[in-house]
Amino acid sequence: MPKDSSEYLIERYDNVYEVVIGLEVHAQVTSNSKLFSSSSTKFGAEPNTQVSLVDAAFPGMLPVINEYCVKQAIKTGIGLRAQINKRSVFDRKNYFYADLPQGYQISQFKYPIVGEGTVVLDMPNGQKEVGIERLHLEQDAGKSIHDMDPQNTLVDLNRSGVALMEIVSKPDLRTPDEVSAYIKKLRSIMRYLGTCDGNMQEGSLRADVNVSVRLKDSKELGTRCEIKNVNSIKFMQMAIDYEANRQVDLIEEGKSIDQETRLFDTKKNETRSMRSKEDAHDYRYFPDPDLLPLEVTDEFIEQLKADIPELPDDKKKRFIDEFKVSAYEATILVSDIETAKYFEEVVAKMGKNRDMKLAVNWITGELFAVLNNKNLEISESPISAKNLAKLINLIKNGTISGKIGKTIFELMLDGDKDPQVIVEEKGLKQESDPKALEALIDKIINDNREKAIEYKNGKEKLFGFFVGQAMKISGGKANPQLINEILKKKL
Amino acid sequence: MSIDLKTIKHISKLSRISVDEQKAEKLAGDLNSIFKFIEKLNELNTDKVEPLTSVAETTLKFRSDEVKNQNIREQIIKNSPEDNEDFFVVPKVVE
Amino acid sequence: MSDITSQSLTSIVKNIKEKKLSSEDVTKAFVERSEKSKELNSYISEDFSNAIDKAKKFDEKPNLDLKLPGIPMAVKDLFCTKDIRTTAGSKILENFVPTYESTVTQNIWNEGAILLGKLNCDEFAMGSSNETSFYGNVQNPIDKGLVPGGSSGGSAAAVSGQLTPITIGTDTGGSIRQPASFTGTVGLKPTYGSCSRYGIVAFASSLDQAGPMAQNVEDCALLQEVISSYDNKDSTSIDFKRDQYSKDLTKNIKGKKIGIPKEYRVEGMPKEIEELWQKGIAYAKDCGAEIVDISLPHTSYALPTYYIVAPAEASSNLARYDGVKYGFRAKGENLIDMYEKTRSEGFGAEVQRRIMIGTYVLSSGYYDAYYLKAQKVRKLIKNDFDEVYKKIDAILTPSTPSSAFKIGEKKDDPVSMYLNDIFTVPVNLAGLPAISIPAGHDASGYPLGLQIIGKAFKEQEILNLAYAMEDKINFKNKISDWWIK
Repeated sequence: MPKDSSEYLIERYDNVYEVVIGLEVHAQVTSNSKLFSSSSTKFGAEPNTQVSLVDAAFPGMLPVINEYCVKQAIKTGIGLRAQINKRSVFDRKNYFYADLPQGYQISQFKYPIVGEGTVVLDMPNGQKEVGIERLHLEQDAGKSIHDMDPQNTLVDLNRSGVALMEIVSKPDLRTPDEVSAYIKKLRSIMRYLGTCDGNMQEGSLRADVNVSVRLKDSKELGTRCEIKNVNSIKFMQMAIDYEANRQVDLIEEGKSIDQETRLFDTKKNETRSMRSKEDAHDYRYFPDPDLLPLEVTDEFIEQLKADIPELPDDKKKRFIDEFKVSAYEATILVSDIETAKYFEEVVAKMGKNRDMKLAVNWITGELFAVLNNKNLEISESPISAKNLAKLINLIKNGTISGKIGKTIFELMLDGDKDPQVIVEEKGLKQESDPKALEALIDKIINDNREKAIEYKNGKEKLFGFFVGQAMKISGGKANPQLINEILKKKL
Repeated sequence: MSIDLKTIKHISKLSRISVDEQKAEKLAGDLNSIFKFIEKLNELNTDKVEPLTSVAETTLKFRSDEVKNQNIREQIIKNSPEDNEDFFVVPKVVE
Repeated sequence: MSDITSQSLTSIVKNIKEKKLSSEDVTKAFVERSEKSKELNSYISEDFSNAIDKAKKFDEKPNLDLKLPGIPMAVKDLFCTKDIRTTAGSKILENFVPTYESTVTQNIWNEGAILLGKLNCDEFAMGSSNETSFYGNVQNPIDKGLVPGGSSGGSAAAVSGQLTPITIGTDTGGSIRQPASFTGTVGLKPTYGSCSRYGIVAFASSLDQAGPMAQNVEDCALLQEVISSYDNKDSTSIDFKRDQYSKDLTKNIKGKKIGIPKEYRVEGMPKEIEELWQKGIAYAKDCGAEIVDISLPHTSYALPTYYIVAPAEASSNLARYDGVKYGFRAKGENLIDMYEKTRSEGFGAEVQRRIMIGTYVLSSGYYDAYYLKAQKVRKLIKNDFDEVYKKIDAILTPSTPSSAFKIGEKKDDPVSMYLNDIFTVPVNLAGLPAISIPAGHDASGYPLGLQIIGKAFKEQEILNLAYAMEDKINFKNKISDWWIK
């Protein structure tokens, strides 16, 4: 891969290829029950314990649509700045597979609930707009387990019928980094809206990746291959890399590319063709006669619009305008709704004398480091926003130094202790009395006359020695700024 | 519009119903006579007609997002041909 | 005791309510007659001893406010009945026992009725003669060797032969009305959306409707009252105010405008059918109705349209019969092999044929030419009815183009079989209600029916028209009990 990942090109002798990527993201709706039945959607249940007669496609069973799922699809559409279609139709996608009990999946083919929209990505070299083709609602399939029995496949239908939103992008993505940013942005928007929890480990979010290649300045699209069901960003990037190179190799050899469905093998890190699925992809779509067309009114949509919270792009703008954080910092803070919430709470709790810079640094620096280390979400942070704000205020008003702050931070991790209490218990208040500090420094200089002379004669590095001594003798409590000033005066 | 053996074999694959030569031939014959009769629709010009979506004169009714069904695994699995209490069991897919 | 089985439902209900008969009396009478009628092959599953137990239990504490108090009833084997085997006339569901009940049958049990057993039918409701059932042909009580019609052949034979006082069938292209016509009984197909489809083995979702099959119009009205309800478990169920069909039944049809569609006069139609139709028109006039000549221009396209739409929906509805979750499973070397063998062995020839047609008309490259085209023509057919209904109240036509034919006569000619439904199919395509009443006999003495088609949700209207005409016609079904052992 080239060093500048804002461009992603594949070179072979004289030919330079660019990669064209489109994503079909499947996002599980945060509903309690399934799209067309009242079974639970909770993750991790014992096999086949969340399966109703409708889910298992017993004779005479019929689908009834979940209003909450319709609302989440529309809200997501609003978040994607997309057209909401007041009339949409559910179609049957017919094929046979063990985890598809009906022998068809209820989806939307010709008339989806949401039409074209846009997602804006914040890339290092500027903003990029990615077009959304559509969003539709569909049923998830069950799970086939191939490795528990040597002769047979075991089927668990718990997931069968769970509501998915399929978000189809236009083929506007060009680099693995853009793909990462896109997934993260989609995830963020949906978490802000509460329409999908974006938990990729639990399978709430997965993507089919469409990859094709073409010569750099070509306007035509190459034949694309679809890599199905990739469930992490890292795998998506690896799959794209492998697949793009595979296609370029074929073209360079004068061969044509078969339009086909492939899988990403996470052990071998390569894509391979899926041979067993429906050969000609003839899904024989037709409108599901058990369901009528879905019609929503303007009022229904307006009501949902009114309930939309501030979305990442708008929040970012406000953070920049109101809190004066940088664009870069704002992007990080709004990328996840929980982070944004945490930050805003810290800001609120800091009160009048708030210090934005400190807040941003402590959250994105120290706090993020701890969360990463312990593999925690910010919503599980061991230190509450309230107490972090307190700590920041203590530093801001000079009660403690930044360095002591770090020490206190560590102590706060155990049970979200109040920093004020720690300061008092451990006597960590910063020493800022100039007279006391002068006395201290006089003593140090006196005890280290030789070094003082060496410093005066040009060994500038020794300044650090004196600072160190001051810190050591004061037990770290000396006010560093004052120490610096006094030392400069005295030496 | 004639339906040949190749088409019969293709449709039988799509519908997961096996056919041998004899059966395929009979089916081709039957389907051809049925389709001759269906072809009558070509007499009509329907360019400006909207397809019927449903005769049910009502709109799609919503259901609230309540979890109603409990674990009825026993009921669900009891009719299945294999002996497993937890899973449905099928012969392996050839990958 | 045989007196009981020749009574109408209304009469039996009255007798039970007046305590002149007990449920046990009635149930035992029908069980006894059913047991002697094996030759008709009306039943696929019998639940006789349970039925008698339930009847005794009912008699211990009879609730006489119910509409069907202690009434024994057999139902078409397309309705899922809890803990009672339900086969849909197919091998693929030979041992399937539902753990749930269909809404329509639940409505019936809620009004006090008792299940006698499940009645034979064409496999997955696909057929017009009950010759495609895995469980064998059904004999028409009218004469030995005669088909009872289909797909609700077992139901029609059971009512006609008085093995059950009344029953329910399903109608997708004429499967209630045509067998009613062939057996000299009354069959009603309600407006689409009137009866819930929950728990009914699906054939063609946009066409299927459950409906009563009875010996007379009054009985039919009573059962329709019981089975028609809004069901939120069926998204195509319609929430409209349902009349008290039996209570409001009247013979007064003065001034009602009845349309006679010229396109139903098909080429080669037997003279007897035309004569019957003319007689019906005369009766209607006699009752004070006004006769209006109308045109339903797209009538001749209804049958081809039906034979695209119905198989298409069926091909998808029957995909769930794959041997994985329930039903028959054949041994296979791998999943696909298992599917193919299961479905080839589990489904009969007619079902396989229709699945293939359906798969084909939906397949890539053919969808527009067939399925989409058919849905457009369906719109035209519906428009025809909407147009004439601006000026008239109902339409009168023959029910079938002939009387019952011999078993085996049409079996090898699918198209000839399909033509049986020529008068009934347009009604399903338009979602309208229609009733068939016996109106005469042909030269062989076999019954012929007349069909009254109504406006959507106007079942009361056509029941009234049928009630008035039934009175004038005074049809007597000639049942000789030839099959009783």
